[in-house]
Amino acid sequence: MSAVTSQDTGRAGAAAARPRTRAGLSSTALIYLVLVAVVAVSAVLTGIEGRNFFSQGNIWGVLTAMSVLGLIAIGQTLVILAGSLDLSVPYVVSLATLVAAGGMKGLDGNVPAAVFNTLLLTAAIGLVMGLLVALLDVHGFIASLGIGLVISGYLATNYQGSHGAAAPDFRLLSRTGIASMIPASFMVMLLCAVLVTLLLRYTRLGHHLYAVGGNRAVARMSGVRTATPVIAAHVLCSLLAGLAALLLVSRTGVGLPTIGSQGRYDLLSIAAVVLGGTLLAGGKGSVVGTIGGVAIFAVLDNVMGVMQVNPFLKDFVRGLAIVLAVAVYARRSVVRRPPRFGPGTAAAPAGTAQEAR
Amino acid sequence: MSTTTAPSPTTRGLPATEGTPAQRIIRAAITPGGAVFVLLAALFVAVVLSNPSFGEPPQLIRFIGRTAPIAIAAMGQYYVIVSGEFDLSMGAVVATQVVIAGNYIGQDEGRVLPAIGLMLLVGAAVGVVNGLATTLLKVPSFIVTLGTMLALGGLVDYLTGGAATGNPVDTFRELGRGGIEGVPVVDVLPFSVIILVVVAVGGVLLMRSPFGRTLIATGDNPDAAGLAGTSVWWIKTRAFVLSSLSATVAGILLVGYAGVHPSVGQGYEFQAITAVVLGGVILGGGRGWLLSAAAGAFALELLFAFLNFREVESTWRDTVQGLIIIIAVAVAGRAWTVGRSPKQPPDPPPTTTPTTSAATPNPARPGTDTGEH
Repeated sequence: MSAVTSQDTGRAGAAAARPRTRAGLSSTALIYLVLVAVVAVSAVLTGIEGRNFFSQGNIWGVLTAMSVLGLIAIGQTLVILAGSLDLSVPYVVSLATLVAAGGMKGLDGNVPAAVFNTLLLTAAIGLVMGLLVALLDVHGFIASLGIGLVISGYLATNYQGSHGAAAPDFRLLSRTGIASMIPASFMVMLLCAVLVTLLLRYTRLGHHLYAVGGNRAVARMSGVRTATPVIAAHVLCSLLAGLAALLLVSRTGVGLPTIGSQGRYDLLSIAAVVLGGTLLAGGKGSVVGTIGGVAIFAVLDNVMGVMQVNPFLKDFVRGLAIVLAVAVYARRSVVRRPPRFGPGTAAAPAGTAQEAR
Repeated sequence: MSTTTAPSPTTRGLPATEGTPAQRIIRAAITPGGAVFVLLAALFVAVVLSNPSFGEPPQLIRFIGRTAPIAIAAMGQYYVIVSGEFDLSMGAVVATQVVIAGNYIGQDEGRVLPAIGLMLLVGAAVGVVNGLATTLLKVPSFIVTLGTMLALGGLVDYLTGGAATGNPVDTFRELGRGGIEGVPVVDVLPFSVIILVVVAVGGVLLMRSPFGRTLIATGDNPDAAGLAGTSVWWIKTRAFVLSSLSATVAGILLVGYAGVHPSVGQGYEFQAITAVVLGGVILGGGRGWLLSAAAGAFALELLFAFLNFREVESTWRDTVQGLIIIIAVAVAGRAWTVGRSPKQPPDPPPTTTPTTSAATPNPARPGTDTGEH
């Protein structure tokens, strides 16, 4: 993405330097500046409470909180880049925890099979969604909402309360880490982020993903098979949600039919993606930015936890933070959008406003 | 846009309608917006077959009264969706209004009218915030309304502690619960049905006014509408205000049905969106009819009633709802092409529509983007 951004900036700088006041600052850099500011404020607030934000335990907590939402948000980034949306993630996560924990039955020997089954199932769900979006022309919002509701009905009918048990070895995963500061789950998330970034930057699939998300009709006329990237994005998104579910199972030890919807992973992951500077309409954005967005959420949550903010008030703060952050960001992205066909086309913001939806 | 939509009776250039009424009805019925009425009729027959007493007027009118809140919310959501945006804050607005009603009115009858005024004011304020943040700050409406949803919902839960508080006086609850007694055929005519009819008629008139025409034009192509002289931000903001006001009205009715609890409005936004989509309105804006959105809400509730009478476990409701919206949208995406081109020569439509359907959700946009720059 940053490659795309810098290129954009270069062209924009040549064509319309005037509207941009804070020139040279890429969108991703801005996110991380905000993150640094949030961390600084949080450190001060935590200090006032008489605790250390940078203590081993606290860092561990923040990074653990990042890993699940991070994995889901990486998948969501792919889907949103392709111009779709995935609202089914919370239900996919819940279902995956049930399948994983139910398959393990508390025995170490069952772990490989259970993990394989979980990932296969989630990939299949993603495939169905991708086919609906790409081939049947169902809006991603509806396809994923529909699939999510279908799964939710299945869960509500067949599962009450927790189900299955994670294998002891598998549970260790949530406790291992580097220097009791960086949990293994965070490393998993980071690895996925790197892999997806490489996918987006250096493979044909990744480039086609941006092309299809930017403008499907143009991509098709340019000879891109528009269905493949969309389907791949949905499969990867569901797969990553399944991976996040495995992390959750290793942490909770059981499968829970409501763990996904309680975490509000659908809306929060979308918010994190948009916070990370990805255009909700698709075609522009990066995984690096998304991780920044997730980190902002995790730090906010952590400091509110330390300050013992009422959990209901947390939602209020979260909602406010989303709108404010995106308001700051969205204005920029509109201004920074380069004109498409050379200089002298000042009408670009209008087009972007419509796309930014 | 507005110049073509003000048909003054003296200088009419084009005929207002084409074909005989029967032709027009058939033509309308094959669009998704019309098909939902066919679906509604089919479902109604199915429900009556499995439970004959449902068809009796008193039962039926009570069902309509029960469905009124979601139908009103769906019509509110319609304004926003047809203008090309989303409103996810609806459920939180409903919860807010319900809690305001519970806590402000209490047992004081004199406060009923001021409370309704206050609630409408709060609703309008939320709509203005949503609208301005979407149009002027250029934040995607999905994110703005998600933010208001989290913020309002969190605030309401915080203030009430997440539990039911307050109990408004019965005269207020009568609005949602009661009705005019002794009406000939239907026995009791619920107030909620009257409110639904008023809202629907007002909405239809509104959509036929210059505002309505401009709203659809804006949803179809905001750039073109802007260039044609529409102030896009004001049109869209008004759509958000209408949506929040509809949620407010739904909240007022729900106080009577469901009582005061911060969870009353939960999931209302997605249910309203489902109803709108089921009514054949295209996400992304510019296509669809107001009454189809209301019909979508009724179809959904009828479907649930049908499942109920068939003794399907209520936990499967979600699954059915999910399948329905996927099928509805998959069909609708194709079918609007048929509905949109009735004037084409008779040979092309049947053959060309399936192939061009890939571009139907927003046929105007790719063209305008490249043309404008």
